[in-house]
Amino acid sequence: MPLSGTIVVDENLCKACELCIVNCPVQVIALDMEHITPRGFHPATLVKEGCTGCGTCAVVCPEAAITVYREKRAEKERA
Amino acid sequence: MATTNFENMQVIYQHPESLLDKNTHYCPGCTHGVAHRLVAEVLDEMNLRDKTIGVASVGCSVFAYNYFDFDFVEAPHGRAPAMATGVKRVHPDKIVLTYQGDGDLISIGTGEITHAAARGENITVIFINNANYGMTGGQMAPTTLPGQKTTSSPKGRDVEQAGYPIRTSEMLATLDGAGYIVRRSLHDPKHIRQAKKAIRMAFETQVRGLGFSMVELLSTCPTNWHLSPVEATHWLEENMLPFYPLDDFKVHPALKNLNF
Repeated sequence: MPLSGTIVVDENLCKACELCIVNCPVQVIALDMEHITPRGFHPATLVKEGCTGCGTCAVVCPEAAITVYREKRAEKERA
Repeated sequence: MATTNFENMQVIYQHPESLLDKNTHYCPGCTHGVAHRLVAEVLDEMNLRDKTIGVASVGCSVFAYNYFDFDFVEAPHGRAPAMATGVKRVHPDKIVLTYQGDGDLISIGTGEITHAAARGENITVIFINNANYGMTGGQMAPTTLPGQKTTSSPKGRDVEQAGYPIRTSEMLATLDGAGYIVRRSLHDPKHIRQAKKAIRMAFETQVRGLGFSMVELLSTCPTNWHLSPVEATHWLEENMLPFYPLDDFKVHPALKNLNF
């Protein structure tokens, strides 16, 4: 069972460059067209289940706007 | 989507401490932001933030001092390595870095960077190569590729008239004072991770006093290339990588066994 993860995008920093969207290996990020940031961009957001918390989106983000979380492994799994 | 329970989650990636939580003036998709983040992450990892002094250049990176959370001074155009030399010689225990673009470093500042490298000044240079003058509106720079259209070469760079681009890393690697000179790219996750390792290595060079260190980072300039951020990464891969090969041009023997 793959680990599940999630991302939180800082809307004050995101500039909708879409680099996280094209580089996401599981294609779960998209621009939120319903919402607009204080700087006038449609921010990137998680739109589907399936995020593994791999962190690739944060690696390519030029604004360091993405915080990535991943589920902690159970003790026996780690051993 | 279901709400996430953060209690059972560990943080994999977050905003580095050495980088202020500020909105940058960089255009959407500009890889200056990636370079800033990598420098901040490396300084956090090495626990060097309190003893680092940065020197900002002129160009798009002119406001770098607004984004990093450590001491910074602003140098006149092209003179960042000269200023960094002074800072390092007065404070040899500090970590001194310059953050320069291609217009600053290899056009007006060619003399400064060359002699700083020749003297083997123990400083670290982060060199952003995006093949044009970004801040002033995308004019031809010494790094502009042959045939590349810019606002001052609307028919493409004519090498008969404007000469050939300079491969800075190769040139500086011929100097004996250089301890670590490499070129990396910021166009995809794999290369960004490699770039971070190179930046770490450059600071390790300085910490060990092994001479001048420089990381050249191939970067995108979506606005002045008239491409979307995603298209710009493809343009970099297709056009800049063949002309500016990614390689280690000079690595001090004492660094060869280091691994991160």
